[in-house]
Amino acid sequence: MINIFTKFSSQLLVGLGWTVLSSVIALFFSLIIGTVFAILEVLPNKVARVIGRAYVEILRNIPLLVITMFFYLVIPKYVIKIDGFTAGTIGLTLYTSAFIAETIRSGIQSVSGGQMEGARSTGMTYWQAMRYIILPQAFKIVIPPLGNQFVNLVKNSSVLAFVAGFDLMYQANSIASTTFDTINSYLVVGILYLIITMPLSYYMQHLEKKLA
Amino acid sequence: MKKKFWLFPLLVCILMLTGCGKSLSDQSVLKNVKQSNTITWGVKGDVKLFGLIDVRDGQQKGFDVDMAKAITKHILGPKGRAEFVTTTSQSRVPLLKNGNVDAVIATMTITPERKKVISFSNSYFDAGQSLLVPKSSKIKSIKDLAGKTVIGVVGSNSVDNVRKVAPKAKIIELQDYAQAMNALKSGQGDALTTDNGILFGLAVQNPSYEVRGGTFTVEPYGVAVNKGQTGFTKAVDKAVLEMQHSGEYNRLIKKWFGDVPGFNYKELYRR
Repeated sequence: MINIFTKFSSQLLVGLGWTVLSSVIALFFSLIIGTVFAILEVLPNKVARVIGRAYVEILRNIPLLVITMFFYLVIPKYVIKIDGFTAGTIGLTLYTSAFIAETIRSGIQSVSGGQMEGARSTGMTYWQAMRYIILPQAFKIVIPPLGNQFVNLVKNSSVLAFVAGFDLMYQANSIASTTFDTINSYLVVGILYLIITMPLSYYMQHLEKKLA
Repeated sequence: MKKKFWLFPLLVCILMLTGCGKSLSDQSVLKNVKQSNTITWGVKGDVKLFGLIDVRDGQQKGFDVDMAKAITKHILGPKGRAEFVTTTSQSRVPLLKNGNVDAVIATMTITPERKKVISFSNSYFDAGQSLLVPKSSKIKSIKDLAGKTVIGVVGSNSVDNVRKVAPKAKIIELQDYAQAMNALKSGQGDALTTDNGILFGLAVQNPSYEVRGGTFTVEPYGVAVNKGQTGFTKAVDKAVLEMQHSGEYNRLIKKWFGDVPGFNYKELYRR
């Protein structure tokens, strides 16, 4: 196992880099997109609610691999040329954003309705109440499930391997097939994934304690 | 909270232990297959002309599959049964080493690196690596690949060959030939590289693509078995020789490669 790591360290570090980069980009954008659609889902306006619902239901009910393959094979053919890394990261972002939207929506709805009424009666507009009263409380509630989504996101980034995104899993496949040492190749990347996800999940636990 | 930290090293230890242990593939394959009267072959499922799953009946069909059936009859007699397991370039060696299949006949080139971990029979087919490009492409040969993106398949030696012959080409590795072909069609790469036999199969299925540049390597295909199974490789060699003498081999070549445009199948004939 150590041999694999020392012999292929540069290849593995490149993979680690692409995995982290893809995860960070996807985490940032899926959080933004997810929040937007979560708000759409709870707006009083019916059209907005339908749009929010449709987005979430479609994206979270299609396998990640299918979404990614769509961006890798179909979009370059008819719309714009994007490479494997971009296609994989877009797929990952959209897929995760649907789950994050659901998580945040449940958080918003668990904040009691009286909070909104109270805020409105002090003269705040709907958006002010959302921004300063509802969302801060909602985020606090959803930190544990949100942490789950972030960890899942990092692991799901292995979908990049199927579209030549040069991530950890891609390097693992490549190393396993040149050395034929399948077990140790995947063990090494398993541990490298742990190195990314363990601190992330400890940080989320820490955040949960700090804000609780 | 603090207590949980011992979990991580423990997990690593358990995972490392699974890496040891003796595999069940140390028994004689030849003896086992004679006892069960069945040879389990690893074949390709996505390579036209060699091993392709027919969606109508779910059976693998191709030159490799027919060779496997014939070799089985030669080794076990007319009542011997051949069973097929679909493998990919990536999974065929692990499946062989784990003992899931007795032998692999899946467009597999005999290479020195592979010989370190598995054993091969003599070559039963001589292929050579080439390029598949759209008919409109400007790429004429391997020399035009500098700065271009070349698509290969994980676990095939063609990727390493391109790295040597055209070091300036960018290489992406995909999971299997169907996916590689789709990526080529979507413009994710400028050329697809692998052995000419496989490429001609892809060109038959996709008429707007053609094989170019001749062959720039020699790729002798062999039947792969686990390291040290010399009894089985000798039996395979004998079976292939018998097929060559009886003309059975040439009939199979004609059956599968007789109708491929741009491919002189008679060059493959053996006596």
